[in-house]
Amino acid sequence: MRRIAAALLGLLVLGLAPARADEEPRRGGELIFVVPSEPPSYDAHREETFGLIHPLAPFYSLLLRIDPTDPNGSRIVGDVAESWTESRDHLTYTFKIRRGLTFHDGQPLTARDVKASYDHIIFPAAGVASSRKGAYVAFESVTAPDDRTAVFRLRWPAAAALALLASPWNFIYSADRLRQDPRWYETHIDGTGPFVFVEHVRGSHILGKRNPRYGRPGLPYLDGFRATFVKSDSAQIAAIRGGRAMVQFRGVSPAEREQLQKALGGEVRIQESPWDCANWIAMNHDRKPFDDRRVRRALTLAIDRYEMASALSKITIVRDVAGVQVPGTEYATPPAELETLAGYGRDIARSRAEARRLLREAGVTEGFRFTLKNRGIAHPYEPVGVYLIDQWRRVGLDVSQEIIEPAAYFSTIRAGDFEVAVDFQCGYLVEPDLDLYKFQSTGVSDANYARYRDPVLDDLYRQQSRATDKAARGRAVRAFERRLVDEEAHYLMTLQWHRIIAQRRQLRGWYITPSHYVNQQLDTVWLSE
Amino acid sequence: MLRYVLKRLLLMLPTLAGVAVLVFVLMRVLPGDIVELRFAGESSFASKAALDLERGRLGLDAPLWRQFARWIGGLVRLDFGRSLWTGGPISREIALRFQLSLEVAVLATAVAVLLAVPLGLLAAVRQDTWVDYAVRLFSIAGLAVPSFWLGILLILGLLVAFGWLPPIEFTPVYVSPWRNLAQLVWPALAVGYRYSAVATRMMRSAMLEVLREDYVRTARAKGLWPRLVLWRHAVRNAMLPVFTVIVLEFAFLIGGLVVTEQVFNLNGLGLLFVESIAHRDYTLTQALVLLVAVITVLANFVADLVYVWLDPRIRYA
Repeated sequence: MRRIAAALLGLLVLGLAPARADEEPRRGGELIFVVPSEPPSYDAHREETFGLIHPLAPFYSLLLRIDPTDPNGSRIVGDVAESWTESRDHLTYTFKIRRGLTFHDGQPLTARDVKASYDHIIFPAAGVASSRKGAYVAFESVTAPDDRTAVFRLRWPAAAALALLASPWNFIYSADRLRQDPRWYETHIDGTGPFVFVEHVRGSHILGKRNPRYGRPGLPYLDGFRATFVKSDSAQIAAIRGGRAMVQFRGVSPAEREQLQKALGGEVRIQESPWDCANWIAMNHDRKPFDDRRVRRALTLAIDRYEMASALSKITIVRDVAGVQVPGTEYATPPAELETLAGYGRDIARSRAEARRLLREAGVTEGFRFTLKNRGIAHPYEPVGVYLIDQWRRVGLDVSQEIIEPAAYFSTIRAGDFEVAVDFQCGYLVEPDLDLYKFQSTGVSDANYARYRDPVLDDLYRQQSRATDKAARGRAVRAFERRLVDEEAHYLMTLQWHRIIAQRRQLRGWYITPSHYVNQQLDTVWLSE
Repeated sequence: MLRYVLKRLLLMLPTLAGVAVLVFVLMRVLPGDIVELRFAGESSFASKAALDLERGRLGLDAPLWRQFARWIGGLVRLDFGRSLWTGGPISREIALRFQLSLEVAVLATAVAVLLAVPLGLLAAVRQDTWVDYAVRLFSIAGLAVPSFWLGILLILGLLVAFGWLPPIEFTPVYVSPWRNLAQLVWPALAVGYRYSAVATRMMRSAMLEVLREDYVRTARAKGLWPRLVLWRHAVRNAMLPVFTVIVLEFAFLIGGLVVTEQVFNLNGLGLLFVESIAHRDYTLTQALVLLVAVITVLANFVADLVYVWLDPRIRYA
């Protein structure tokens, strides 16, 4: 079943994507794309916004990267790593670094730079904050015994080790630069990527030109790129429609897709994929009656997810009914098994009858009122919130929505100032370690806004994270999922986001993946005219 | 006269000091935290310790009085400090956008004046004729239509009719006047039209009032040439309230074109303002509010000086 789902996912992407093998890439031209957000600084080790990845990834290399031609966005290939080996005890990863790589300032790249870059992320200098350090708790040390060898030692086997080393945020920086000033990369750009930085006009654009010394012969195809910052959705669409830009790499809404198709016809190509992002509903375990799992289960049972998918996919960027993993991917629960989880059954009348029974049993009376706090972002937060309110009213709950300004949103929910709130989870790779981390007990995970403690869940996380056997890991992920969304119903999953990319016809060699954080080095992208 | 000017200049200082205190306090009262927004918003892995470290680095863990004293101390030395969001000098962030905002404001004001003065004059002179009705309809439509909506219509019109979109990146006028104008003329038209509607109505009503004044009747009675009566006696006096509207609108345009800037993707002060608030970038927001306050106060000052020039009674009083 999983294979069928994976094949369907592949077909969906391939069927809509531009042709691959039958076209000879053409050299030259400048790719112009719009970016809805702008990087606060240039340091990818520090920032969190895709607004950094899209315009800056072309200047850098990674140790490993996601194969830019893999539609699942999960095949890991070497970037500055030529090859690697894993020890029998799964505790040591040894990477051979490619020869002949140079930074844009002319300095050669060696294993020492790889070590310094990962030390900057995992073991930052005193006074330097690393917001991703927590993802690398399994990593004990990074060493560079010689110029071409980087060795990563782990404290315990980590199933996600390679995925973590393929993070699109882990730009390889120069060891010398970092030694002189650990904050140098916040304000400067010097990588080994396919493009060389030309200029950044704040609020306007970032410009890059081809790196003639790029380590992959014949690449990049483009002469350069221009990333233009356009905040407004309508202005982004107008820019593509008017030929001022060729693409926006994050994603557009269904309405915008149709608008462009109608206006441009064959001039626009559409690629679609499930998106490794989802809205989750946090039910505050510190507030009554949401400390009662019967109430939480009732809330999830009340939702007709299949109808929700059908209705909302027409108007916003959600589509698939899913568990804790993107449908069709390696550890995703097959649809038939998913239907056995609370709130995923096809018989909605039965589910709602059960929800009413649980609410009665928990002492929640008809017309019980609570507030759903939602983030003030149109897509998909607001339609998702409105739909949920309607579903909960059908089991006798009186729910109102309070929209919180995005800037105040995280302060509100991190402080626990809510009963029920719309939360979200987004990953750069479909990988259980990355996708499930936030759902561990509060205290273990600082992003668990539902504020529960569940040692069983934490143990299941550890089991899947340290499993060296894929089948065992799959079982642990499935058990984690059942406990999270069914047995304890700590969190409530809504729908998987759906990514839609509308690009001008001449843009070739770029393939959609479930993440808007990967596949942005642009070395394999070319323009047909 | 010199005393009048000095008095007006000195009066600016308490106004600006009040604005400084108010904006500092208001920004701290707003819920939200730049550090959480930047590092914890999209990440599951940001720890509380990392966030606290960053707050300390930005100086946000210091007592409020110390933060205020540091800011005011900088202002006295004309140092606005650094943006908490980008880390760049605030003076550079603002200078980059000021050129564009100023140019749009100048162009929109030119559009408004070129439309408002002749149309308002014509409507007053031809009161209750079809000309007056047409001008009133035109100006009421200008008031009723939001400039950002007109901007969207302009963009769609250009796209549908010519398949052409104005440039989405700013080119300074000294680099390419044509490209600069190709981008800025459209928002100037959209904003200038609304702006002209206010001024047209003001011009018409001021002219009607002045034309009924005794001194105009006297000038006509002594047989002065009608055009001379109109331009020397009526228009000059009618311009007083119109000028006030134009000056205040100009000050507003410098930092207030938030939605229009989004529609045309203009890298101006309005958009910077919104983003600085959305990011809870205290230092940048404080500097921008103060800048707009200075421009508004200066615009009022200029209006007062022009009053003195236009109306000798003020000077003699």
